Amino acid sequence: MTEAQQVPETAQAPLPTGPALPTPEGRGQTLLRRIATGTPMVSLLSVVLAIVIGGILMAVTNPKVATAMGYFLARPSDAITEIFRPYAALVQGSIYNWQGADLAAQLYPLAETLTVSTPLIFAGLGVALAFRAGLFNIGAQGQLIFGALFGAYVGFTWHLPIGLHLLVVILAGIVGGGIWGGIVGFLKARTGAHEVIVTIMFNYVASFLLLFLLTTPAFQRKGSTNPISPFLDQNALFPELLGPQFRLHAGFILAILVTWGVWWIVNRSTVGFEFRAVGANPNAARTAGVNVGRATVLVMALAGALAGLSGIAQVSGTEKYLSAGVAASIGFDAITVALLGRSTPWGTFFAGLLFGAFRAGGVAMQAVTQTPIDIVLVIQSLIVLFIAAPPLVRAVFGLNPRKPKSKATKRSAQSGAAA
Amino acid sequence: MSTATTAPVAPEEAQSVAPIVSWTAPIGLGILAVLGTITFGVFSGTKNAAFGLVDTGREASALAAWLAFAVALVAAAWLGYTWYRESRAGGSAARWVPPALAAAVVVFLLAILGVAGVTVITLSAPVIGWLASIAMLAVAGWSVWLAPRGRKLPRWAVAVFAVAFLVGFLVWIVAGGRDATPYISLAGLLAGAVTLAVPLVFGSLSGVLCERSGIVNIAIEGQLLMGAFSAAVGATVTGSVYAGLIAAAVAGALVSLVLAVVSIKYLVNQIIVGVVLNVLVVGLTNFLFSTLLTANPDGLNKPPHLGSIEIPVLADVPLIGPILFRQSLVGYLMYVAVIVVYVGLFHTRWGLRVRAVGEHPQAADTLGVNVNRTRFWNTILGGAVAGIGGSFFTLVAVDAFSKEMSAGRGYIALAALIFGRWNPIGAFLASLLFGFADNLQSVITIIGSPVPSQFMAMLPYVVTVFAVAGLVGRSRPPAMEGIPYVKG
Repeated sequence: MTEAQQVPETAQAPLPTGPALPTPEGRGQTLLRRIATGTPMVSLLSVVLAIVIGGILMAVTNPKVATAMGYFLARPSDAITEIFRPYAALVQGSIYNWQGADLAAQLYPLAETLTVSTPLIFAGLGVALAFRAGLFNIGAQGQLIFGALFGAYVGFTWHLPIGLHLLVVILAGIVGGGIWGGIVGFLKARTGAHEVIVTIMFNYVASFLLLFLLTTPAFQRKGSTNPISPFLDQNALFPELLGPQFRLHAGFILAILVTWGVWWIVNRSTVGFEFRAVGANPNAARTAGVNVGRATVLVMALAGALAGLSGIAQVSGTEKYLSAGVAASIGFDAITVALLGRSTPWGTFFAGLLFGAFRAGGVAMQAVTQTPIDIVLVIQSLIVLFIAAPPLVRAVFGLNPRKPKSKATKRSAQSGAAA
Repeated sequence: MSTATTAPVAPEEAQSVAPIVSWTAPIGLGILAVLGTITFGVFSGTKNAAFGLVDTGREASALAAWLAFAVALVAAAWLGYTWYRESRAGGSAARWVPPALAAAVVVFLLAILGVAGVTVITLSAPVIGWLASIAMLAVAGWSVWLAPRGRKLPRWAVAVFAVAFLVGFLVWIVAGGRDATPYISLAGLLAGAVTLAVPLVFGSLSGVLCERSGIVNIAIEGQLLMGAFSAAVGATVTGSVYAGLIAAAVAGALVSLVLAVVSIKYLVNQIIVGVVLNVLVVGLTNFLFSTLLTANPDGLNKPPHLGSIEIPVLADVPLIGPILFRQSLVGYLMYVAVIVVYVGLFHTRWGLRVRAVGEHPQAADTLGVNVNRTRFWNTILGGAVAGIGGSFFTLVAVDAFSKEMSAGRGYIALAALIFGRWNPIGAFLASLLFGFADNLQSVITIIGSPVPSQFMAMLPYVVTVFAVAGLVGRSRPPAMEGIPYVKG
């Protein structure tokens, strides 16, 4: 620890750079260009571009649009309404339902978005934290399953007093996910096994283990032939925040606290500094006295613990029991969440909210306009793809600087490395 | 991203001081041998296991058996003589001679069974179990003896260990079935294994082509799925399976095009692009399936079937006939692709350049190889290969596209690529092993088994983790994999 504090300035992680250096162009134009080509603008444009492409895809495959296009010149409003209907349903299902009877019904979509976001945020933080140490944690899915497995078992077999039980369940989830992630870190540190491969394989191992355990008497619900566990004790559940008609639970508050905690670890603690140093340059970090192996194990265990919390948010909050589909695709969505959040804790938090809104709204959209929810996956992945390649987005919107071509490539190299 | 740098002892550092004492292999083999002895030997039970050598519903062909007998005898004799002559001359035989000789001897023994008209072999679980255990313990013990002397097991000893483990496992698990003398068709097991391995082989070849040139290809899953989708739609619309195959190759290449452009031109991290592409393809195919294909299944999702082509007489050779000579077009293409990629990569000028670009792009660039162009075209080629593999799902296995039908096979192909050490032949064999495990799982579920099917399903993944952790020998990726090349 003490050696790490003496790490020279050179080992400092080169964090994503701010605005580009002023160029010899005109001053006003530089400012404009900086706003237009800066990181937040590119993120916004990426989202816009992805939504436009998704809209085109939906319009092309929608027979009603084709019909309305037939008389487009006579009455263009029909075609335009039909094109925008899915997105209207998406907003209505994720943020505000203007057709709701009372305030509760109007705000129900927002509560639903926050509920769906909660596990995404936890798992996204797990992926983001590992990214900061230069590790690709594709294994949030498996770590989530392990967290849910441990937490659920403690939740329905033990019977503890109110308050304590939930705490123990949360701890069990942290331990479960932490173990599963920690093994990956250990293998990486001791044998150099590539974490991408190991985590992908561990996802499968975890899901098959879950399938197996749900058929054993220890986990399977009594009297049920389905692979589902008993309900967790009432004491083991997160309290509902807005009463029983909403699914929103206190897990969301925990997500906010944990996001702050991860921010503190990454930016304010010695361990976090070591993580960033290892992520920036493992050789330099080792030379500066950081125990790279220890940092690798620790960061993977922490990442696993965060994903484990995501599992707890599922079994103790949203689902209330353990099933084979407990992880859904949260572990994989978490990767895109972390990428969109540029691996910063608060960025990941808001990316989680956005993708939670997509998911919650997508369900409503599928119900109202029969647009398959899979379009959400397309939009999400396009957003991440565009955000990862700022020059591509700038090229689409014609914002690339004309002359200094080398600068754009260099900058994209930086953002690629930082992502 | 460098894996070697975080390892506690870099091999290069240790080499100069003392011979490398690596305990990973002895420990790994020791654990496996002890586990194997306990399960296959101690808990073997007393039952017998029966293995059918001929396809059910087919008569054993005497002509084919005699033919196999003669060919195997000649091949074994020639190979044995070559080996003997080479070693007499003082040198060692070419690397492929010993394994080829072993294969010829195995075929010869099988042919004898075929000629003798044996259709079922019955083996005693305890006898085979203990024999396999003794063989495994002996190899593990030898490995322990060699380790402090800084020497490694010869390859054939590792092969003996693997075969002993496989045979012991197979006999043990079959003998654990419900019946008094559980029976499985070995012919069906192997033929099914090869069938299941077809998309894996194409996927891992795609990985070999991309990664040897330095581009990490996590997007194999997406390429397979896109290939499956396009093959279904293309073949249905045109009514021709060949058009479907071409559509599949083009679709796979298109996925690769995105990977290549974004990672080579815009220098985005290749693993990120791969992961995102997989999600994108899943979303896109699911969406199009739910909208267009569900609305018009007859017009878009009813591809003609690509039947298997049987080569007369040869297809009736016991065990190996169906594997080699009763395949669909995609199956034959698989064998061709493996050979072409192997010869191309290791015995042509093009292959040398590709490997140079993957290992040391600066040097290759200095010598006039266009690094990024090589990487670009290799990635495209890899995508096309994986796309053809994807067509297997919709043209051969099932006659329609369904959501996420590649079901994670792309990731297993990735595992096979690593397990096969970035070598086309190795990747092919690893894919066969995974296909075998996959098929064994479904066969075992039918006859009842002591092992829950979920654990059987887990096996390929666990084996891969062992492989990448170096317990089965170090698997080293191309040096500059995943690192964009910027000239200057």
